[in-house]
Amino acid sequence: MPIGYYLVVAGLLFSIGSVGVLTRRNAIVLLMCVELMLNAVNLTLVAASRLWGAADGQVVAFFVIVVAAAEVVIGLALVVNLFWRRGTLDIDVASLLKG
Amino acid sequence: MGDVVVLAAEFELHAEPAIGIAAIAWLIPLLPLVGFVVLTFAGRGLGRRAGWLATATSSGSFVVAVGVVAQLWATHEQARTLLTAGYTWIEVGALRLTTHLLIDPLSAVMILVVTGVGSLIHLYSIGYMQGDERQGRYFAYLNLFLFSMLLLVLGANFVVLFVGWELVGLCSYLLIGFWFEEMPNAVAAKKAMVVNRIGDASFAVGLLLIFAEFGSLDFAEVLPAASDVLGEGGAATAIALLLLGGAVGKSAQIPLYVWLPDAMAGPTPVSALIHAATMVTAGVYMIARASPIYVLSELALVVVASIGVATALLAALIAIQQDDIKKVLAYSTVSQLGYMFVGVGVGAFGAGIFHLVTHAFFKGLLFLVAGSVMHAMADRTNMWRMGGLWRIMPITFWTGVVAVLTISGIPPLSGFFSKDHILAAAYEEGSTAIWAVGLVTAALTGLYMGRWLFVTFLGPKRWDAPPAGPAGDDPHTAADTEAASAAAEGTRPTEDAHAELRPHESPPVMTVPLVALAVLAAIGGVLGPTKEGPLEHWLESSVAHLPPRGGATALSEPVLIVLSLIAGLAGLGLAYVLYLRPPRRRDPVAANLGNIALAMRRGFWVDQLYDRVFVRAGGAWSRFLVWFDVTVVDGAVDGMGRFSLDTASTLRGIQTGLLRSYLAGLVLGTAALIGVFLVGAL
Repeated sequence: MPIGYYLVVAGLLFSIGSVGVLTRRNAIVLLMCVELMLNAVNLTLVAASRLWGAADGQVVAFFVIVVAAAEVVIGLALVVNLFWRRGTLDIDVASLLKG
Repeated sequence: MGDVVVLAAEFELHAEPAIGIAAIAWLIPLLPLVGFVVLTFAGRGLGRRAGWLATATSSGSFVVAVGVVAQLWATHEQARTLLTAGYTWIEVGALRLTTHLLIDPLSAVMILVVTGVGSLIHLYSIGYMQGDERQGRYFAYLNLFLFSMLLLVLGANFVVLFVGWELVGLCSYLLIGFWFEEMPNAVAAKKAMVVNRIGDASFAVGLLLIFAEFGSLDFAEVLPAASDVLGEGGAATAIALLLLGGAVGKSAQIPLYVWLPDAMAGPTPVSALIHAATMVTAGVYMIARASPIYVLSELALVVVASIGVATALLAALIAIQQDDIKKVLAYSTVSQLGYMFVGVGVGAFGAGIFHLVTHAFFKGLLFLVAGSVMHAMADRTNMWRMGGLWRIMPITFWTGVVAVLTISGIPPLSGFFSKDHILAAAYEEGSTAIWAVGLVTAALTGLYMGRWLFVTFLGPKRWDAPPAGPAGDDPHTAADTEAASAAAEGTRPTEDAHAELRPHESPPVMTVPLVALAVLAAIGGVLGPTKEGPLEHWLESSVAHLPPRGGATALSEPVLIVLSLIAGLAGLGLAYVLYLRPPRRRDPVAANLGNIALAMRRGFWVDQLYDRVFVRAGGAWSRFLVWFDVTVVDGAVDGMGRFSLDTASTLRGIQTGLLRSYLAGLVLGTAALIGVFLVGAL
């Protein structure tokens, strides 16, 4: 399968993720959308690795997975704190630092 | 100026270390300083003893001064310039100032006058200030003044002279405003301070110029080198005129004389000591001291003499129509100081100092006489409400007669000789116009002093007359509310104007100084019976000399003497006709001369003119500066702050606090960067 298909799917995933990040207010949905974006990137890396016959891209993909796991841990901790303090998952409520 | 004039160049000043009594000459200023310190901290509880302590310190100074002068007298003529021990006061780069005291014939004359007349006036003050609540402070100031004045005349460099110069100004301020509870007194003190500042600024610039030219401010280095360093160029004229600026302030000459008449707000002995006998003559002393610089500039000398003669005439005209016995004497002082300026301005420095000395005697005496009268008349000063006092206070009257005859130039009293020397010097130097005006002024002097004597002491008793002007109800009195004119009856706040008048002769503590000064005024002429008299000969090594010049010779010296004698007698005679025979209750001059007399009475409205031109212009300028400060300077600073605030409040709108909007910015920015990258790659 030509590389183009992988890239199109990855682009679609990334776009869906970023639109979700920009439009949704639920913090958990936000985290999920970020995961979508990360996985779009992972897909691109793995596809490129396969195309060039080198393992570098796959190695990086593993790193991304590890970092994403850590990110989710911190992100969920923030979400839990937000919920405890504000009783909601709406991130627009957390706007104390506005100018 | 055109023709080449060879100006005097020979001036030497070799100072030798003082030995003998002169080695303790530093005691002369130190004793009054000790008196000042003691009286400042302990004067309150001393009461009347404060006066005796102050008199003791000033008399002590006088004794030392006499010893020093006696030693100088016994010394060879060429070795009469001595320096006492001193220490280095300031040493910065090329500037080195020491506190040595310079004792030479000129400063010797000055210390004798200052401590001698000063001690007599201290003594007199004990009687005059009796019962005043702040006697301790008064005598502390008087001692401080004596210290300052002695520092002024004994300083061996221009800076010590300037320090003394400023200190006497301070004492003048403190004593003019001594009864500061009365607003006019405080205003008069402030006026004296401000007017003197103008002259002092000029003086200070002159000192800077001297330092720039000579690299030193020591008399011993500057004065002998004057002709070599300055030549006959503009620098000598500039320095001489700048120093003159200080002198016209301190010595109350046109255009800065306006503070002196108001200075009469102080206690009368202060007027006698500071505003007649000593401090106001500091300008004359300074010009005589700096005479090696002055003789280099013919222009500066002409300016000095012209200012002097103009002041002498103007002040004499004003004095004719003053009713306040102290104001008459104040304008008379201004006028006599003008004579001294004429003397030093025509190069007759010895004659100028001679008149300074005799003036210290007779004007000090006149003020003490006035003080004695005020003492008797419950501090009243309007001469038209006196009269007939001569029987009641004979000592005051007869010493007053001596003083009036002296100032009017009647031989053989001292004023005749000193005034005549100045006029003769002016004539022989070629300044016939100045001589002529001086002669007219001499006649006017006789007139106003005769009026002063006759109206105050002779004629009918007018003690209970209504306080009207001499020309009846003066319509201008009410309108004339200028502080300057209203200032200064020299009244104590405790005065009870309605107290019953019981004129009496003053106590001995006051009459002894009167008699002493009257004797000095009478016999002072022995100091200079001729132009080569002892005093002028004595001063020869201290002052520079103009070479004799072919001036006017149409009138021989005896003729000049007779003319000035006639002038004095004419003035006194006119006063006799106008005011004594027949006796007057009102001033016939004011009644007949109308507006001219009014102009004299108001001092030709000079105070009002200065008020319009300088005081108000200064006020307007100050208000402009305030506006500039508030609007432009503060505006710039405030503007910076406001700009920051405005910018920040505009920009903070970006910070919405919405996480998604930041993310949108992130995404859009990234997209834009990619766009740019792609466009660049194409």
